[in-house]
Parts: sequence; C-alpha cells; structure tokens
Amino acid sequence: MSQKQEEENPAEETGEEKQDTQEKEGILPERAEEAKLKAKYPSLGQKPGGSDFLMKRLQKGQKYFDSGDYNMAKAKMKNKQLPSAGPDKNLVTGDHIPTPQDLPQRKSSLVTSKLAG
Amino acid sequence: FAGAGGGGCPWCFSQVKGAIDEDVAEADIISTVEFNYSGDLLATGDKGGRVVIFQREQENKSRPHSRGEYNVYSTFQSHEPEFDYLKSLEIEEKINKIRWLPQQNAAHFLLSTNDKTIKLWKISERDKRAEGYNLKDEDGRLRDPFRITALRVHVAFPMDLMVEASPRRIFANAHTYHINSISVNSDHETYLSADDLRINLWHLEITDRSFNIVDIKPANMEELTEVITAAEFHPHQCNVFVYSSSKGTIRLCDMRSSALCDRHSKFFEEPEDPSSRSFFSEIISSISDVKFSHSGRYMMTRDYLSVKVWDLNMESRPVETHQVHEYLRSKLCSLYENDCIFDKFECCWNGSDSAIMTGSYNNFFRMFDRDTRRDVTLEASRESSKPRASLKPRKVCTGGKRRKDEISVDSLDFNKKILHTAWHPVDNVIAVAATNNLYIFQDKIN
Repeated sequence: MSQKQEEENPAEETGEEKQDTQEKEGILPERAEEAKLKAKYPSLGQKPGGSDFLMKRLQKGQKYFDSGDYNMAKAKMKNKQLPSAGPDKNLVTGDHIPTPQDLPQRKSSLVTSKLAG
Repeated sequence: FAGAGGGGCPWCFSQVKGAIDEDVAEADIISTVEFNYSGDLLATGDKGGRVVIFQREQENKSRPHSRGEYNVYSTFQSHEPEFDYLKSLEIEEKINKIRWLPQQNAAHFLLSTNDKTIKLWKISERDKRAEGYNLKDEDGRLRDPFRITALRVHVAFPMDLMVEASPRRIFANAHTYHINSISVNSDHETYLSADDLRINLWHLEITDRSFNIVDIKPANMEELTEVITAAEFHPHQCNVFVYSSSKGTIRLCDMRSSALCDRHSKFFEEPEDPSSRSFFSEIISSISDVKFSHSGRYMMTRDYLSVKVWDLNMESRPVETHQVHEYLRSKLCSLYENDCIFDKFECCWNGSDSAIMTGSYNNFFRMFDRDTRRDVTLEASRESSKPRASLKPRKVCTGGKRRKDEISVDSLDFNKKILHTAWHPVDNVIAVAATNNLYIFQDKIN
C-alpha cells in the first residue's frame, strides 16, 4: 500500500506536498481563530478536551429535582419569588432550584412520520 | 464518476421524501439512514423514535422510469421517550443507529437503538388470508362445537399486502452511558453495542446477558481524557473490531487475545505536528464515524474537516486524506460558539470501495473517487429536484472574488447539515438525509 502511494505521488505533484502546504497555511487561520476565541472568553481553560468537557457530554439528559431542597427553599422564601430558570433550562447550577414548571414537558411523538406520508 | 470534463456530473435527482414546509418539527429530523445487504430496502430513523422503511420497485417494462424508485414499505414506532427515575435521566427516543441483519428467510430483521436500548425488529409480509376455519365463523365468532358435523380445511385467499413490524428482542439495561454504535458480526449470531466508555458483545438470541469487551472508564473520573465515538466489526473476520476515540485515534481489537479487549492489537494515529497545535486541534480531530471497506482491507474515519482512509496493515498514518471543507478552518471560533464544531458527520463507501461520500453544511455533500482522485461537491435541494435532472457541482469560494455560481463561506447555512448518507451496496444509488427530508440520487446509466 505505501508503495502504491509513492508511485502515484509524482503523477500528482503533491499528494503529501500539497497537504503539507495546506497545513502550513492552515496554521495561521486556526491560531487566529484561537486568539479570537480567547479574546472573547478570557477565562477559557487551557485544555479543551479535558475532563470538564467530557463530563458534560457524559451527563447529557440529566435532570435534577430534589423535593427536599424544593420544599425547604419554598419555606425559607415564603415572601419572595423562587429564582426562576434562566434561558438555559438544562443548566442546573448554584441557587437555582428546579421547579416542576421548569422541567421540559414530556413529549409524545406517536404520530406517523412525514416520510411515510 | 465525479464529473469527467465536459461530460457533466453523472448524478441525477431521483426522489425526495418528507414535508416541504419550512417549520421543521424536531421529531421529523432524520437521525440515521441505512440500506440493507441487497439494497432493496432503505431504512431511516428519526428523532421521534420512528423507523420508516422504503422498498425499491421492481423493473417494470411498461414504466421503465419507475425502476429503482423507493416507496414506503413499512413504518413503526421503534422507541419512545423514557425517564429513568432512579438516575434522574431523561432518555431520548431518537434512533441513533439502524443496522440490518443479513436475510435468512422471507422476513427482514433489523436492529435499532436509542441512547440506552437496542431492539431487534422483524418485518414480515402477509399477503394471504384464510377462510373456512372449523372452530370460528367467518366473522370470528366461535362456533358451537355440537354443531360441527364435518371437517373442513381452510382455504387461503390472496389479500392486499400487509407489512407487519414486531419487536422480537429487547436488549436493555446494559449501558450506563449513551450508545453511539451498533454493529452486526459476520458470524450473524452476535453484535456489539458501544457507548462513550464501554463496548458490549451480545448474542442475538439472548437478551438477559451481555459481555463487556472494552471498558475505558478510569477509576477516577477526573482522569477522563477520551471517550469512544464509534465502533464496528470487521466485515469478514468475526474476531476483529475497531473503535475510534474523541482524540482521533483508532484501536483494532482481537477478541481471541483476551476476554476484555482493553489492550488493543493495533493502534492507528496520525502523528501531529506539535507546532500547529491549537485550542481546536483535539476537538476537530475527534472521529465521528469509522467504517470498514467492503473488502475488509481498509477503514475510513471522519473527523471534523476531513475523511481519512487507513490501510489496516499500516498504523502510523492514513494512506489517503480527503479535505471535506477545509475553508472552515478559518471559522473555527464561531463554529465553536454555535456548537457546530461538535457535529458528528458520517461517511460511507460505495459497493466496490472505489469511492467515498460524506456530508457537509448548506445541504452540501462530498464525493471522492479514489481511483481518479477527483472529488465533487453536490447539493441536496428542492430547487434541483426535477425528475432525472442532473446535479450541478457546487463550489465554495474562499477568496475575495466570488464567481457567479460560487457561494461564499459566509453565506453557508450551518443549520442545513448533512450528517447521514448511505450508498447502495451494489448500484450507484445514494440516500442523503437533509434534516427532515430524504433525497435519493442515481447515476445517469440507470
């Protein structure tokens, strides 16, 4: 197989050469993009593929509701409103206690697919 | 085939399935497309957990152009949304993968999976009904046994074809993490299912037991550095499978060497130039799909910007690298912000392994001819969907001057992504899923 590749290279002027050039030219745009991203989000960690990112991927679908927390919070804040969910209802962090109203409605999709229509 | 000079592109529009309206319901988004072994059946799965199977029409002399058209054969609800109360986990009904079993009798079997449960479906035809039972009247009521004085044999009458789908096996509770792949073994008895951290081996007849063959979960989850992204059995060697990772590596494992294949037999990784490393390097190197060639000699991997062909005998680097949309390299910042950089594109081989295909954005898809080294960009759109109309090759303009029929990178619609494509196992017929529509294209010779 490697022999075949060597034979085809001269005819093509660049299987690998062209790729090398592309990659060298490609370094600059990619680094420029990285600089843009770091400028927008200075607190972005060094290792993008690290544990935090993968953990988020593994926890897809997790919805937390603790009735104890919910009732305690309701009792403590009798006179105030409970902090409500922000635009991203899937992110449960900090003081936000998920309420039954916050959880997305269970969908029922027992309708025939339009591909079959 | 990728368009010989003035000959024009040989690919023609054949059919499009699905609704035309602009408002796409999430449930209608197609999530997997797969031809069966003969290519006569084409299955799709969607986010709503439904499977639709199309069947190719037989050749008909009175209507020569209808040959090869795919029409609806069967449709059923494969998976439904679930909630795991113990783990507070919402389980989507979205069909992640469909894999057909080789046909052994008149019925057809396929495996469909969502994030947690794999199901074996039997699709069978019924085209006869019986009349003249001994114990039942024609309207189904039981006859009074004392009134039965003669024996009669029921007669079969033809009836309109009815296609029934029934779940024959349910393989559940074996995956803590989300299933990304299933693959039927060449022994036709077993199959594997892979999630982010583990791969399990099943027997098609046994649902209450599964063998774990790969486990990359670290003892301390803080040490997690990579996840499994795809897995597939070798097409001929029933002891060999591969799995790809989020770090751009592929491991080939041999089940004869040990019961738990945590140690690979072969490790495929392309060396990276350390000077070119950036924040995005690891993310764009993540492999979203791995497919063996039909010959079993090669495998193909798809990462964010390219498709690579590997010779199984050479672990050090791929033998071919094809750029899918290199012009996106200078857009990585915004693609990271809108999450498109995490899109998982699939790839596929044609029947003879001479060509490969993969999707891109703006409803574009790319084909690479390995023999002629030519490539072409085509578009799945309603505008170019006149019957047997030839597809016009597309070009994306990266520089300043845009020619008349080119499209600039900034005008690309990143919501129109072609993640799933399939190639007929023998003929030049391809199925392309564009969000909620399924396009079928054929070559002119047909």
